[in-house]
Amino acid sequence: MKILVCISRTPDTTAKIAFTDNNTKFQEAGVQFILNPYDEFYALIRAIELKEADPSAILHLINVGGSENDPIIRKALALGGDEAIRVNSNSHDDFYIASQIAEVAKQNNYDLIFTGKETIDYNGSSIGGMIAELLNLPFISLATKFSLEGSTATVDREIEGGDEVDEVNLPLVVSCQKGMAEQRIPNMRGIMGARTKPLKVLEPTEAGSFTEVSSFELPPAKAGVKLIPADQPEELVRLLHEEAKVI
Amino acid sequence: MSVLIFLDQADGNIKKNSFEAASYGAKIAENLNTSAEGIVLGTVKDDLTALGKYGLKKVYNVKEESLNNFDDQVFTQVIAEAAKKADSKVIVFSNNFNGKSIAPRLSVRLKAGLVSGATALPETSNGFKVKKSVFSGKAFANISIKTEIKIISLNSNAYKILEGEGLAEIEELSVEIPASKVKIKEVNKVSGEIPLSDAELVVSGGRGLKGPENWNLVTDLAKALGAATSCSRPVSDSDWRPHHEHVGQTGLTIAPNLYFAIGISGAIQHLAGVNRSKTIVVINKDPEAPFFKAADYGIVGDAFEVVPKITEAVKKLKGIS
Ligand SMILES: Cc1cc2nc3c(=O)[nH]c(=O)nc-3n(C[C@H](O)[C@H](O)[C@H](O)COP(=O)(O)OP(=O)(O)OC[C@H]3O[C@@H](n4cnc5c(N)ncnc54)[C@H](O)[C@@H]3O)c2cc1C
Ligand SMILES: Nc1ncnc2c1ncn2[C@@H]1O[C@H](COP(=O)(O)O)[C@@H](O)[C@H]1O
Repeated sequence: MKILVCISRTPDTTAKIAFTDNNTKFQEAGVQFILNPYDEFYALIRAIELKEADPSAILHLINVGGSENDPIIRKALALGGDEAIRVNSNSHDDFYIASQIAEVAKQNNYDLIFTGKETIDYNGSSIGGMIAELLNLPFISLATKFSLEGSTATVDREIEGGDEVDEVNLPLVVSCQKGMAEQRIPNMRGIMGARTKPLKVLEPTEAGSFTEVSSFELPPAKAGVKLIPADQPEELVRLLHEEAKVI
Repeated sequence: MSVLIFLDQADGNIKKNSFEAASYGAKIAENLNTSAEGIVLGTVKDDLTALGKYGLKKVYNVKEESLNNFDDQVFTQVIAEAAKKADSKVIVFSNNFNGKSIAPRLSVRLKAGLVSGATALPETSNGFKVKKSVFSGKAFANISIKTEIKIISLNSNAYKILEGEGLAEIEELSVEIPASKVKIKEVNKVSGEIPLSDAELVVSGGRGLKGPENWNLVTDLAKALGAATSCSRPVSDSDWRPHHEHVGQTGLTIAPNLYFAIGISGAIQHLAGVNRSKTIVVINKDPEAPFFKAADYGIVGDAFEVVPKITEAVKKLKGIS
């Protein structure tokens, strides 16, 4: 079995969000970058567990990005995986990124492709579905559980007010979220081993791009909290009814 | 040309998010001087002509029982056919679970640029720019779509449902339906509860409530308000509440009109899931709790004393005794 996990690099959850160049670029100076939490905790760890259960499985990681992404790719390799592929491009267009991943996937015939639920910077939730369409494979989005028997996968997927259990044959694309696996911390052996695992750099193939960021904005600052004395709960309810008009 | 809106249904009922999408799509059609049309897959109980009140001129319905089961490949195929037939240049989805599955596929199929998580009407005077939420609600990006056909998926509660007059014309479409590769084995739904993902009012509890035995504080207030309930991550991690109630960076992202946070400190990862809420109320005994910085209204006090009084006041307002 061959598994591909798509990993991306995002600003740390606590990073200060600011923009430069006339609000067209994210202010990267002083920002700590991490492996996108959904890709790490859920997609990658679940894939590592599958490989632990079936040591003959081959696990590849892929990232579309510049060389500044190498540290997070090494971090992912320290958790697990046999090799990583980086397609050298700084595009932020979902279709372009998905096309690059689909191209690599076509050449390697993966049985299973995992993505995270979304990147925590652009919040697209799009790349998994796009890869699936480019490869004409079924796509299960927002999976919370995944198990495999032979070549049949059983996947729990979140729906409004509950979940659904699906049965699908491989090959398959799955976007992963909470529930898939538990967070792990790389151990010393993993960190040492990651240094010698292959990280292949490929040049991008021709692909279109459909969208472009034209500018960013910050939300208007909140006016500040209006504090109501603890012994006047009726006043809070009155304000919610008459001023905020939400109840 | 037309603007096509995908109207999502479950158990024969059109979802509330779809009325928002219809109102939003109808406004885009008006701005582009064209007509808004909806598409419904499967068999629904609702009277589809009534969708005219959201501004839809026509509703395509593919009345196949098999389409009552969601399948992203099948749905993409059917919507792509309808979009070609209707010559749709803008296609609108709700950015809900099903929308997140099909919109990206359709984007590839139709070579149409997708903006997911839209929070406002597109700017069409110069190009086609859509504002969307980025950095987990901490900022917005204006994304320009460069392709001829554009796909937008709209965040829930981002656009108000507009109701007017009018009846939609119904056109039954017969489309060849491919075989599904996905077998749905089980559907588990919590019945009788307001689904959190599209709730307008939400009451949420954190570790400050000390244990699951105290959750009636949250559920009583929610019941009085007609609100859904949610919780912080440690609460669902400790199994005080079910996992689907967990909101935040690693849980569900919500944007209700009212988010009532009780005994939640307001860690940045929690805020990431709720900071797009229109009005935030915080009840916390610690005046230094970071949540107050993100709140519109707050009470510094002990939840065990304050919340039952708020519940009473809400009941009084609503005339519930
Ligand atoms: C990568 C990562 C992802 C995360 N994702 C999420 C996420 O998605 N969602 C999430 O919620 N958290 C998430 N967290 C955890 C987050 O950082 C916080 O630890 C968590 O939100 C705290 O939950 P809490 O506010 O319920 O508990 P606490 O931080 O323990 O706060 C309890 C609050 O209750 C108040 N309190 C106590 N007693 C009373 C009383 N009697 N009356 C009123 N107030 C009282 C206290 O003053 C305090 O402010 C994540 C963390 C990490 C590192
Ligand atoms: N540049 C990238 N390289 C590799 N995988 C990516 C990249 N961007 C996003 N992904 C994957 O696609 C998922 C969804 O991303 P998005 O559609 O951008 O929200 C992420 O969780 C990753 O698994």
